[in-house]
Amino acid sequence: MSTTFTLNGQATTLEGDDAMPLLWAIRELAGLHGTKFGCGMALCGACTVHLDGQAVRSCVTPLASVAGRAVTTIEGLSSKQAKAVQAAWIDVQVPQCGYCQSGQIMSATALLEKNPAPTDADIDGAMSGNICRCATYNRIRAAIHTAATAAKA
Amino acid sequence: MSIAIFDKSKTSRRDFLKASTGLSAIALTIGFSWTGPSRRALGAPAEASFMPNAFVRIGSDNSVTVISKHVELGQGAYTGIATVLAEELDADWAQVRVESAPADAKRYNNLAFGTMQGTGGSSAMSNSWVQLREAGAKARAMLCAAAAHEWHVPASEISVEKGVLTHAASNRRASFGALVKTAATLPMPEKVELKDPKSFKLIGTRPPRVDVPSKCDGTALFTIDVVQPGMLVALLMRPPRFGGQVKSFDDSAAAKVPGVVKVVQVSRGVAVIAKTFWSAKVGRDALKVEWDESKAEMRGSAQMMAQYRELAGKPAASARNDGNAAEALTKAARRVAAEYEFPYLAHAPMEPMDAVVKLTAESCDIWTGDQFQTIDQMNAAQVAGLKPPQVNIHTLLAGGSFGRRANAYSDFIVEAVSIAKAHGADGTPIKLQWTREDDIRGGLYRPMYFHKIEAGLDANGKLTAWRQVIVGQSILAGTPLAAMMKNGIDPTSVEGAATLSYDIPNISVDLATTESKVPVLWWRVVGSSHTTFAVESFIDEMAHAAGKDPYAFRRDMLAHSPRMKAVLDLAAEKAGWNSAPLQKGRGRGIAVTEAFNSYVAQVAEVTVDEKGEIRVDRVVCAVDCGTAINPDIIKAQMEGGIGFGASAALYGAISLKDGHVEQSNFNDYRVLRMNEMPKVEVYIVPSSEPPTGVGEPGVAPVGPAIANAVFAATGKRHYQFPFAKGGAA
Repeated sequence: MSTTFTLNGQATTLEGDDAMPLLWAIRELAGLHGTKFGCGMALCGACTVHLDGQAVRSCVTPLASVAGRAVTTIEGLSSKQAKAVQAAWIDVQVPQCGYCQSGQIMSATALLEKNPAPTDADIDGAMSGNICRCATYNRIRAAIHTAATAAKA
Repeated sequence: MSIAIFDKSKTSRRDFLKASTGLSAIALTIGFSWTGPSRRALGAPAEASFMPNAFVRIGSDNSVTVISKHVELGQGAYTGIATVLAEELDADWAQVRVESAPADAKRYNNLAFGTMQGTGGSSAMSNSWVQLREAGAKARAMLCAAAAHEWHVPASEISVEKGVLTHAASNRRASFGALVKTAATLPMPEKVELKDPKSFKLIGTRPPRVDVPSKCDGTALFTIDVVQPGMLVALLMRPPRFGGQVKSFDDSAAAKVPGVVKVVQVSRGVAVIAKTFWSAKVGRDALKVEWDESKAEMRGSAQMMAQYRELAGKPAASARNDGNAAEALTKAARRVAAEYEFPYLAHAPMEPMDAVVKLTAESCDIWTGDQFQTIDQMNAAQVAGLKPPQVNIHTLLAGGSFGRRANAYSDFIVEAVSIAKAHGADGTPIKLQWTREDDIRGGLYRPMYFHKIEAGLDANGKLTAWRQVIVGQSILAGTPLAAMMKNGIDPTSVEGAATLSYDIPNISVDLATTESKVPVLWWRVVGSSHTTFAVESFIDEMAHAAGKDPYAFRRDMLAHSPRMKAVLDLAAEKAGWNSAPLQKGRGRGIAVTEAFNSYVAQVAEVTVDEKGEIRVDRVVCAVDCGTAINPDIIKAQMEGGIGFGASAALYGAISLKDGHVEQSNFNDYRVLRMNEMPKVEVYIVPSSEPPTGVGEPGVAPVGPAIANAVFAATGKRHYQFPFAKGGAA
């Protein structure tokens, strides 16, 4: 009932039901609220975090499954690409209600960390799992291109 | 800049008051005592501050805090409101922050709603425009008077720029903060002169949104993020059919789930109260409830639509009657008729409904993304057994709404209060959290509608008669807002149709209002979410029947609606309407509407593949919303409105089978995703008219523009939302 893993670079042990989704462990046990609950079924991407550098949906990731692994949330973003993404999000004025944007930023950062110059098709592929009901999609796309250019510099 | 909505745990009420004492004006801020500095570490509240009116507080640290009576739902209200006030104050935008107003209809009523505080109908900027300009100008006048007093110079010789007052002749300068003590002792001017729009420095520019930085690093505080000492989390099991009631329940398994504290019955169902969301969720999954469905809605939506269709052929209430449409139809050279079907739609904002309630015998504190403060205060008070002034609402950022959070039932707030009451009203904070399934199946949908339209053309292809019948549930009937209805007509059912702008000599629009246990609600752009589709699709069909170009056909009937004609012209021009036709399989469609006093025209370009799959490639949008306060936010609202409207037109539907909602989550309630978003171009008509709304109007024309483009591409028309389901006829 206790899981030890690396959370935003810190060794962390959380006491929780093994089946408890990582999302709720992060939010309610670790007290990090940037990661959001949207659907609970990996359908909307609001809960996206990085697990060993991969974008995953924390709402369907059991806490026990991350034992010994590295989890990064929006609060722990530190890479050059992540900073470029966050700066581009502000520059392009992406968010409206903002609720999905932590997840969008986590997906976009994971994309740029693997693919420094994504095409529009690459962006569709990486980002179509993240729903934004405010439909900020075009600005997200523009911001990813802006961030890609900035991160290369 | 940032927002001063914040977690109470970081700054106690006592600390806040201690830090704020010293000026009588501060008494006005006690209502905000739960707020402290924002999560973005603004530092301690200013030691002294000056609050000349209910809308602004200026600190000795030069901070300018604008108090927003409107909730920030994503529409940019916080930024727009702050822009208007800061403009007249000549504040430095870098020092402006926004705090949400408490529930207080006396000071913070929406002037468009009369005596009620709330946000909706795309009214935030239009109703605040003069009020906030005056508030900013009066604060500026008082700061000038304070400087004049201290410097012994005439106030008229003092200039203000970016938060600094200057007396050029004596070479004296002071920031706002240095003058707040003196300003707070001076009388409020009765009248002030507002700026000539030519000298606007912020309005019409693109000051960055105040809420964006916190929405890019995870620190923005939504209701789901509220944590209070000893707080519990509740999930509610609601009846599987609308109108069902709890008959009995067995909580033996739920009560054994670790972390579950209590299981309580309330009027809307059975709540599991636990230490965490996850425990409450596991507990609710283990709960067994037997329902009394003797009064529940047992019909399916197909059955209901068949009844609507039948009603459309029977006499109904008149919403508009110009000339004699029935007679003119008999004389028409050509008659065309069509029927349109619209499903129930869920709003599905990204943040599922949630509210935190702290209830005692004397008070009720509510934290939520509140959109209807006055009504929520009344409804919460009634359930709690308190008086409305004993209900304190702390309005937080809302993770979307699209109309969902503004409802006369205060549904999720009433649920949360009733659960806190059933828990013992002992001051334990309780957070009610909806899941996505609760949201999709929870009702308060955009109503299902049926439209039947018949129109007649004369020998010259001119529209001479228009007869439209609308069938559907009323949003207002049976609610405290029913007073908005006139002669049995709910204006939200017919707006966009009864307000048809085209010059047609004979028009009749009738309404048959239906009843169901399915609770319904306005959904972004309200009536125009269906009426504009029916009207603009049918106008297109009539243009083709008359052998005319759909743009020219519309234009010829808008001689008396110059603003509507202007957006139509602008959209057509920018889209290259009269340029070479698109290649095979592609098409262009146009639509125009007026909604909430704004005018929007859109041209959609689509590609339809061999399987009939529709891809919306591009939407060109022209909007006239009066004075453009922040062109980038207007553009964002048009982009978002187009995505939202396209989502519903292409994919959105809530359907019932034997009273059960067939959808549950984003797997079967499909919404638009990144790869389906069209390219969008937005053009704003320059205007010096007062500002009107932008949150909703962009939604209305996109559905018909797409449908008309599909017709241009394929020769097939869509008469049912969503296109993906209904297929082309």
